[in-house]
Amino acid sequence: MKEDIIACRDIKKVYGTGDTAVTVLKGITFSIKEGEFVAVMGPSGSGKSTLMHILGALDTPTSGEYFLDGKDVSKLSDEELADIRREKIGFVFQAFNLLPRTSVLRNVELPLVYANIPKEIRVTVAQKALADAAFPEAFWPYYSNQLSGGMMQRVAIARSLVNNPALILADEPTGNLDSKTGEIVLHTFQSLNRGQGKTIILITHEPYVAEHADRIIHIRDGNIVSDEKNEHKRIARNEKEIPI
Amino acid sequence: MTTRDLFEETYSAVTVNKVRSGLTMLGIVIGIASVIALVAVGQGSQAAVQANIESLGANLVMVIPGATKSIGTTVRSAAGSSETLTPDDAAAIAADVQNVAAVAPEVSGRYQTIYKANNTNTNVIGTTPAYEQVRNVSVDTGSFFSDTDVTNSNRVAVIGPTVLQDLFAPSTNASATPDMAIGQTIQIKGTQFTVIGVTVSKGGSGFNNQDDVIYVPLGAAQHYLLGNTGYLTEVDVEASTEQSMTQVQNDITSLLLERHGISDPTQADFTVLNQASIVSAASSVTGTFTTLLAAIAAISLLVGGIGIMNMMLTTVTERTREIGLRKAIGAKKSDITLQFLAESVMLTFTGGVIGIVCGWIGAFLISLFAGITTTVSVPYILLSFFVSAAIGIVFGYYPARRAASLNPIEALRYE
Repeated sequence: MKEDIIACRDIKKVYGTGDTAVTVLKGITFSIKEGEFVAVMGPSGSGKSTLMHILGALDTPTSGEYFLDGKDVSKLSDEELADIRREKIGFVFQAFNLLPRTSVLRNVELPLVYANIPKEIRVTVAQKALADAAFPEAFWPYYSNQLSGGMMQRVAIARSLVNNPALILADEPTGNLDSKTGEIVLHTFQSLNRGQGKTIILITHEPYVAEHADRIIHIRDGNIVSDEKNEHKRIARNEKEIPI
Repeated sequence: MTTRDLFEETYSAVTVNKVRSGLTMLGIVIGIASVIALVAVGQGSQAAVQANIESLGANLVMVIPGATKSIGTTVRSAAGSSETLTPDDAAAIAADVQNVAAVAPEVSGRYQTIYKANNTNTNVIGTTPAYEQVRNVSVDTGSFFSDTDVTNSNRVAVIGPTVLQDLFAPSTNASATPDMAIGQTIQIKGTQFTVIGVTVSKGGSGFNNQDDVIYVPLGAAQHYLLGNTGYLTEVDVEASTEQSMTQVQNDITSLLLERHGISDPTQADFTVLNQASIVSAASSVTGTFTTLLAAIAAISLLVGGIGIMNMMLTTVTERTREIGLRKAIGAKKSDITLQFLAESVMLTFTGGVIGIVCGWIGAFLISLFAGITTTVSVPYILLSFFVSAAIGIVFGYYPARRAASLNPIEALRYE
């Protein structure tokens, strides 16, 4: 039996105080085991972004407990949260968020820069991460802003892998991509999950995208409405398999 | 984050927008350059004024006729207009005042001087051989006149280099050599004098040209040029040591008051000037001048600093998403603060270095084209270094704190 990498118990998040207080998360409880590929689905306003921020240690819950890799993250200070993000979490964003006019390699290295890893080691690790994210070696010398959307997202995935995180958190990773490149990115996630046993949480509002995960959690109005195994898992194809 | 990484990040951030970084830096460049150049002008003038005063002679105490003016004021009524000092006064100073090394009585006036087709209007000083020692005059070629020349009122003259050039140059472009003048006869105010010596150049320029001068024996000047008046225009006294100058000054004052029968010192019909007090008065004037110039330059430096702050604030806004990303992947507040501080310090420091070079070149050009002596001082260069780095820290701190305190969630969403 594998360890729980994430354990959330009755997580609540309230914004504002008094009469204007808005409860965004109303008591979320779930756990994720190491090596799982989970999709969190919900319409906009359902609280899935807030949940992602808490899972990503960008924010803390108003009440409840959140254990990440055995450590209680729910009551940490800003500085301690930064340490957690640096050591345990890899982010992939909808808007890629690469540094413009900066080389691909430098972008991937960035989390290691803040982790005080020496340059020689950084380069090796970053190159391995790029290979794992199926980023072609021919594009390594490019600047991030010279790449296509699909390529940029693969650089972002490589960046999320580089610190060997316990959890990869992808927020609408295909939202800015056409369906073909979106599928390639999903293929990358699936092969990372299957091949290397990476734990991945994919946040999306598109059922088609969510169906690439092993398990789908539905959120609506701050509550989990369903949490079940995905019986009809779609297998994404890589670019060689997609007919043009 | 290691220092090397910090430097690399900073370097790439600064060079991404070269034009903007350059323009921002320009404010600091101009500020630092004007501090360096203007202080160089100020200190150069100070040094020039001091050297000028000191070249008058060592441990010099000057007695001039006329009422006392406030310290530092050398303006007085035209020489000779007050007739209160006599050669006997000079002799009494030499005889009665202690610690006096030499006394040189002096009469002077401006006269037309002619040699063949050339003529010049120059300062003619009638004095004794003691003048050579008291006023630090050295003869380049030939000799100064002797006591016998003074006693006999011989019509001999020692001329300064400017007079030599004005009277004896074969053409305007060629320079005259002392040999051309020695033994020649020149006419001063219609009287013939034989040139027996040429002095070494003492420098000075414009209204204070110490080389545009002719020295003649005191008696000859009184007899042929001034028309037998018995009064002196100045008595120059050399104190034997620097320490004795004040004592010499005081003793001369009481001696002359007694000789002139004046009981109230404020009614004195002469003025005793101490070279040291002239130097300190002149220094305080040029010091004020330097401070004023530095203050003006400092204002432009301040404006440059505000320019840095403005640009850094713009940068923080522009790079909000990037800051959000950096925080999301684990950058601490201190990392972000340090990064933005390093950027502004790099801008101001580079600006400072360029400014120092520009200021130095500027000071050089000023002395080259405007003829003003400039002195670039090392302490001011070091000061500029630290000031420019300090400006980076002071004006970069607020934008850096602002960047560091951004909420990563909001920063990532920022459009």
